[in-house]
Amino acid sequence: MEAFAYVAPSSIDEAVAELAKHAKKGHRAQVLAGGTDLLVQLRGADIEPRILVDIKKVAETNRLHLGKNEIFIGAAIPSAVLNENTELVELLPGLLEAADLIGSTQIQGRATLGGNLCNASPAGDTIPAMIAVGVSCVIIGGKGQREMPVEKFVLGVGRNALKAGEFLVGLKIPRPKSRSADAYMRFIPRTEMDIAVAGCGVSVTLDAKGLCKEARVAIGAVAPTAILVPAAARALIGTTLDDAALAAAAAACSDAASPITDKRGTIDFRRKVVGVLCRRATAIARDRALARKALGV
Amino acid sequence: MNKIQVITSINHEEVEFLCEPQETLLDVLRETLGRTGTKEGCATGDCGACSVLVDDRLVCSCLVLAAETGGREITTIEGIATEEGLHPIQQKFLDHAALQCGICTPGLIIATKSLLDRHPDPDETTIRYWLAGNLCRCTGYDKIVRAVQDVARDLAGPA
Repeated sequence: MEAFAYVAPSSIDEAVAELAKHAKKGHRAQVLAGGTDLLVQLRGADIEPRILVDIKKVAETNRLHLGKNEIFIGAAIPSAVLNENTELVELLPGLLEAADLIGSTQIQGRATLGGNLCNASPAGDTIPAMIAVGVSCVIIGGKGQREMPVEKFVLGVGRNALKAGEFLVGLKIPRPKSRSADAYMRFIPRTEMDIAVAGCGVSVTLDAKGLCKEARVAIGAVAPTAILVPAAARALIGTTLDDAALAAAAAACSDAASPITDKRGTIDFRRKVVGVLCRRATAIARDRALARKALGV
Repeated sequence: MNKIQVITSINHEEVEFLCEPQETLLDVLRETLGRTGTKEGCATGDCGACSVLVDDRLVCSCLVLAAETGGREITTIEGIATEEGLHPIQQKFLDHAALQCGICTPGLIIATKSLLDRHPDPDETTIRYWLAGNLCRCTGYDKIVRAVQDVARDLAGPA
């Protein structure tokens, strides 16, 4: 592993200036958060030296705010810290269970949602979960701040929408309404510490009568990027999320998948399993939403 | 190369060192500071042999840059025993023969400390998931789990 330098700016302005300086010189500047993917990559085949810009000392990347209308999760907060926040886990159980599926206790002590997203692996567990809850990515660069829906952020395998000189500051999430809940499920052949063969994130909002009035369904590890499946959401909206609706949403997920065959699973298997995961995750999200309704939250 | 000066605290003792930007905390602990209790296994964050605590948070020291550790409190296996003797976790690992070759043991003891600090009375599932990032190719894990359960029982005191 080689690096020209390590810098740890202490403010957004400093970080932007640092990234701009290196972009101008044509140096490869690499943003570092938890480093659980990056440090391994630096030791692997991709060994071109670069400048490491550690964003963990920037206050905004560590900010966690559970607002009345909006939740903000700084891009550099380790998932273990997020999962220790019981209020956050209660609000977004699906997103947090996705984060809790990634790696060991040690990895979760460092790994971040922002890093999982920027790393842009097709199998990144939190990405479908983020799409399901409607995350908006807060990006900062020399030209100021911009926001982008998370489903547009990942462009391809290992590629994201950040331009030279930009970095991901955090994630904005609409605070789940009453009678709303999310869930994430993945399939792996082991019980833990594995990479998704297929994954599905779902969020649903019920009306006072228990009919589904809003839904978002996203699938992972079955296409070059995690994708939103509007047809699956349409199959759920207006129903009581009964078996027929779940089966229709599952079929929509299987149709939307364009998986590959590799050592972890075949095309046919992934296509089938992603539908099963949609059905089960939707049922969990529904039951969570009903439980919240019963509690009057 | 431009060396970076770092002042940190290791096992409650102020330590100052110079490192290269790409050196990991594990590299510095073992090579620069000669604290070889922390082991290198995979160097990719998969095996847990290099586990340490940084500000009481369990991490793989192979995935932490040394340059990041300024002003932090680092706990390594060398900081576990006291002048009075072995830490109860270490003693129970011996009592239960929860080790053979010993390469994974420092990491497992650090991970167990982190587990019991947060979950003083863990059930077996919690123990197995918490320690899932610490690979052991000798014991088959059962003796390790028994040792951890025994420490937890002792810490809880007489029922």
